[in-house]
Amino acid sequence: MIGTALQQRRGRVAGRPALYTSYAADQAILNTPTKRWWTVALAVVVLALPLFLSRDLTSLMMTVFIYAIAGIGLNLVTGYAGQVSLGHAFFMGLGAYTAAVLGGRETSQVIGFELDMAIWLPMAGVVPALVGLAVAPLAARVRGLYLAILTLGLVFIGEHIFKEARPITGGAGVGRAPAELVLFGMDLRGKYHLFGYILPRDAMFYFVCFAVFVILAVAARNLARSKLGRAFAAVRDRDIAAAVMGVSLQRTKTLAFTVSSFYAGIAGALLVVVIGQMTPGNWNLFLSIEFLAVILIGGIATISGSIMGAAFVVLMPRFVSELAGAVPFISTAPGSGFLTVFHVQTMLFGALIVLFLVLEPRGLYGLWIRVRNYWKAWPFSY
Amino acid sequence: MEVLISSGLIRGLGIGSTYALLAVGFVIIYRATSVVNFAQPALMILGAYFTSVFISTAGMPFVVAVVAAMLVMAVIGMATERVALRPMVGRPPFAAAMVTVGVFITLYVVAHRLIGSRVRAIRDPWGLEQTDLLGVTVSQIDLAKIVVSLAAIAVVGLFLARSRLGLAMRATSLDQEVALAQGVNVGRMFGLAWAISAALAALAGALIGTVAGGFEASLALVALKALPVIIIGGLDSIKGAVIAGLFVGIAEALTRTYQPRYADWLGANFDVAVPYVIMIIVLMVRPYGLFGTREVERV
Repeated sequence: MIGTALQQRRGRVAGRPALYTSYAADQAILNTPTKRWWTVALAVVVLALPLFLSRDLTSLMMTVFIYAIAGIGLNLVTGYAGQVSLGHAFFMGLGAYTAAVLGGRETSQVIGFELDMAIWLPMAGVVPALVGLAVAPLAARVRGLYLAILTLGLVFIGEHIFKEARPITGGAGVGRAPAELVLFGMDLRGKYHLFGYILPRDAMFYFVCFAVFVILAVAARNLARSKLGRAFAAVRDRDIAAAVMGVSLQRTKTLAFTVSSFYAGIAGALLVVVIGQMTPGNWNLFLSIEFLAVILIGGIATISGSIMGAAFVVLMPRFVSELAGAVPFISTAPGSGFLTVFHVQTMLFGALIVLFLVLEPRGLYGLWIRVRNYWKAWPFSY
Repeated sequence: MEVLISSGLIRGLGIGSTYALLAVGFVIIYRATSVVNFAQPALMILGAYFTSVFISTAGMPFVVAVVAAMLVMAVIGMATERVALRPMVGRPPFAAAMVTVGVFITLYVVAHRLIGSRVRAIRDPWGLEQTDLLGVTVSQIDLAKIVVSLAAIAVVGLFLARSRLGLAMRATSLDQEVALAQGVNVGRMFGLAWAISAALAALAGALIGTVAGGFEASLALVALKALPVIIIGGLDSIKGAVIAGLFVGIAEALTRTYQPRYADWLGANFDVAVPYVIMIIVLMVRPYGLFGTREVERV
């Protein structure tokens, strides 16, 4: 009897995995056993990866997590709330420099306070969020393509400020070293042992990146399925109808911008640590477009889509350069051959954005839904 | 005073008129298809490339080369519309605008590949020559930019206002379904809008590409300044595009001349950021630009 009551409260019935008896059970993130098992399996595999991969592949995986964080942030404002933002690179830069100032070493060129990662990482999100909060009233006034170009202006003005604020950013073409990786007094770059094995040097930072990514992804998923997430979607689908239903446009748009800037800032701070050094000129329009590609290829208004898109965008160039040897007209050295690897990568990028928008607007997530539905009904076509 | 006129006003009008050319191209496409064409910078740089090839390799005179490049770009513009944009008809403008971003990246790489790491020159007939205008020494190239751009915009304006095709284009931008019912081939009007816009971009490219010392593929990013211009003028107003283009050009040239002297704390090359600063100020006052039509929504 107690068991039945428990099951009813959880909204599940033993032996009937597809039967939900409560709204909460239906809306749960991992609402089927398949999802639960595969998520656990995937997490185990991902956590074990740094033990087997070479260092450059490990840092590529970290870049995937970081791109996923930034992509989720952009998807919240652009995918869920429908406010097109080309300004993501600016907020990422802001986060990166906040982190570098708070957690970096002081040199004769730049200022730095060498604080703990437990301080600089949250602050790298908070400072861009505050700036996003300040910009939001202006952004909430304009709509659609006007907004896209307004946020584009943010990138250019930001780039100018970054280039000029030399004590903070190191100046144009030079840049500065990122924040130090010391979390709760523990140096993440040191040597650590696990069950008698020596962990690779990047492993600890890899685990931290993964943890931050999981926390932020779950938080975003929860935000998206809450009342606020529904308000986002209402504003996206029909802003006037949303306002009539009592959704405050100003407040919803402001919140979307602030949360998105927070995600961008965290991602920017971590990205610069993985890459090592970035100059003010790196936080440019093309970086913003890269994140638009993440969400367009991955899938608009889905968290799992943003993650797939991030993995695709980060791993695709590597895949192309691995393949380059096998394809005759692509050369690996600049200056020779018809197209260099870099050309192919960038062109594929543009072509894939166009192809996905034209053929599968739901992105990789949509492809996955198609495949899943096909196998659900297999061997029947519907 | 002399500095104010020659390197402030005249140079500003020269740059501004090329911005106006690009902006008019944006507006024509926006009015026909309600898409902001982010591929315009790539079309511009390809136009500059073709002009330079026709001059240096084919040995054409400057004027012929520019016209030939405009024709080539018109065809490329039409083809782009047919392949990438036509399938997006009826989809949200945001998605279509993102398609043009994809087109931009692809064409930009093509331009990089074609131009390579060497700079290319457009041997224009004006060069660094200067001339006397009402007692002030000004560069001929600035005057040429102003005259050629405004003439081209005037021709486009006349075409839209007076010709049968122009009427059909205006009808399409007013209401696609009604235009279709009146026998206008709406799809062809989209293609035509892209052709005109790409040709204008090519002309702007040829004029901007005359910079001393030749141009590289990264010159394409100059065309992004036409985006604040169309926002200031209003997305759907040709008049707004021209006025805002000239205004932004002058503001930029004046900043470049006087800001290092009077407002050095704003930093080097502040003129690059000026169009965007003006844009943000204008948007704070008028969210639909100075001459844009306010969107009226029916619920």
